[in-house]
Amino acid sequence: MGPNTLSIPGLEQVYDALATAIDAAGPEKTELFLVKLALLNANALADPAVFQVHIDAALKDL
Amino acid sequence: MHQPHAEPRRSIYYRYQVFDAWLPSMHPGPQRHAVVIAGAGPIGLVAALELARHGVKCVLLESERQVSEGSRAIVFTRRSMEILQQVGVAHRVTQNGLPWRFGNSVYRGQRVFRMEAPHDPDDRFFPMINLQQQYLEEYLVDAVRANPLIELRWGNRVNAVTQDGQGATLDVDTPEGPYTLQTNWLVAADGARSGIRSMLDLKLEGASYEGRFIIADIRIDLPLPTERLAFFDPDWNPGNTILMHREPHGIWRVDYQLPPGEDAEAALKPESLKARIDAQLAMIGHAGVPWAMDWCSVYSARALTLPDYVHGRVLFTGDAAHLLPIFGVRGANTGFQDAQALAWRLAFVVKGLAAAPLLAGYSSERVGAAREIIDEAGKSTRFMTPPTRGFRLLRDAVLSLSLSEPFVGPLYHWRTSRPHEYRDSPANSAGDDNALFQAGPGHGAPPQNVRLGADDHLLDHLDHCFALLYFTEDAAVPDALTEVVNELRAKGLPLRVIAVGSAQPVAGADDTLADADGHLRVRYGVLASGAAYLLRPDQHVCARWMGLDATRLRAALVNAAGLNKEV
Repeated sequence: MGPNTLSIPGLEQVYDALATAIDAAGPEKTELFLVKLALLNANALADPAVFQVHIDAALKDL
Repeated sequence: MHQPHAEPRRSIYYRYQVFDAWLPSMHPGPQRHAVVIAGAGPIGLVAALELARHGVKCVLLESERQVSEGSRAIVFTRRSMEILQQVGVAHRVTQNGLPWRFGNSVYRGQRVFRMEAPHDPDDRFFPMINLQQQYLEEYLVDAVRANPLIELRWGNRVNAVTQDGQGATLDVDTPEGPYTLQTNWLVAADGARSGIRSMLDLKLEGASYEGRFIIADIRIDLPLPTERLAFFDPDWNPGNTILMHREPHGIWRVDYQLPPGEDAEAALKPESLKARIDAQLAMIGHAGVPWAMDWCSVYSARALTLPDYVHGRVLFTGDAAHLLPIFGVRGANTGFQDAQALAWRLAFVVKGLAAAPLLAGYSSERVGAAREIIDEAGKSTRFMTPPTRGFRLLRDAVLSLSLSEPFVGPLYHWRTSRPHEYRDSPANSAGDDNALFQAGPGHGAPPQNVRLGADDHLLDHLDHCFALLYFTEDAAVPDALTEVVNELRAKGLPLRVIAVGSAQPVAGADDTLADADGHLRVRYGVLASGAAYLLRPDQHVCARWMGLDATRLRAALVNAAGLNKEV
């Protein structure tokens, strides 16, 4: 990805937070939660082209 | 034999007038006309009035014997009002309509987005005004009946059309049987289910969406301002959308989306309507307020256009040419712009001033506008009525986010109808100074209205002519320009010269606007005397110059008006 990558402790923190939040949302609301999260992150990213790169990367090897 | 309803339509607030049918036995002799318009809805009526302004006679055929039923197109935009001003009915709409400029999107009882339509102090009309369609048709019919150049034939239905290189032949049915009508040009303004479009076997391009809405006019007293209300995903209609608009005469229009797969006939049953309208009223905190139904119907959101509006001697306009979704007030408002773009060109062709290819410019401009609207409407429609699981998930995520994150709010705002800018029109001058201007309406744009004084605006000074706005502080328009103006006028071109910037009448101008404070010059990006704008008869800009000379004026007029070479 780009030059702004997470530190290892940061990545671990995000990993735990995301897993915990998915559990908190519950199976019926997981998708909705993830889409909201994606939109919030996209807004912070403020770059539709980079967001498209992320979409393409996430669609790989599903 | 065509037997239109002879009884007035029923309404709890509007008194329908039934007009006498036009009968062929009362008008013996062959029927040959320059222009026939099929359909006396708002678009056909405006087209007829526009043609009449150019001195062109027409016959207007209407299948029914009264104006249309129900509120239908209730919201008219500022640009529509500017067009209606030209045909002389805007004052009646202003008198009786309800103006507004705010739209509210509501989710889970919370206002999550408020749309504010721009309102410039220079504008004469509000961004939007609500009025039931039957009133608008009544005003237009009154104007048509007062115009000796228009013959409105009630109860005349077009049953068949054939055409050759010279014109079209119509089989017209009436309450006493059919007659044959020949016309050099046929304008098809016969609406969404255009019979003429079917008879010519023409296919609309684009997408049909599953979204279907019940639209209902109810009489109810609600203590709410005149603002658009849109409710998303309410408990009583999960996943779907409801729109509400205040109308004059104590009527509210409620549009609600039907769940997929629901039978439209069942949804129109009184008990179904009552349950849903009661649920909607309860949701907005007005449970139990008494109401009465006036009219209801079912509507499918579609976004389709003919790829060409000119088919030989048949010209399509309004809903006959395109079907557009209700969100964004694009139906009649788009149609008025069609009628206006068509009428002056057709008038020039009928009068022999221009050749038939001028009409191709009508088609390219208006098909381009329809496609742009369809693209925008597609975005709104995908939000209002998500077509797939992915779109639904995104829409639901936006609804949910909007309660705390205002950045998604603009996704609620479907872009409303606005006048198209014909940037690529063949009518635009190739040799002018368009690119040098820092302000003002550019190539193909509608004019910016400018307030000149109390009850006096720039657009009040325009009429059916080409208008040359010539900015000068001198006592006279230069002789070389006047020579071009006089030469082309002598050939029949309707052209009006409006001088701007002088306290005294300017010689060679038909009208002088003092513009003492320079406001008009600023709004039009004019830096010095000698600049000019050329507006087409439909008011759109086709040329502008920092310094005008006779050669470039002549070239711009000949090009925009499609003047015949031999003229």
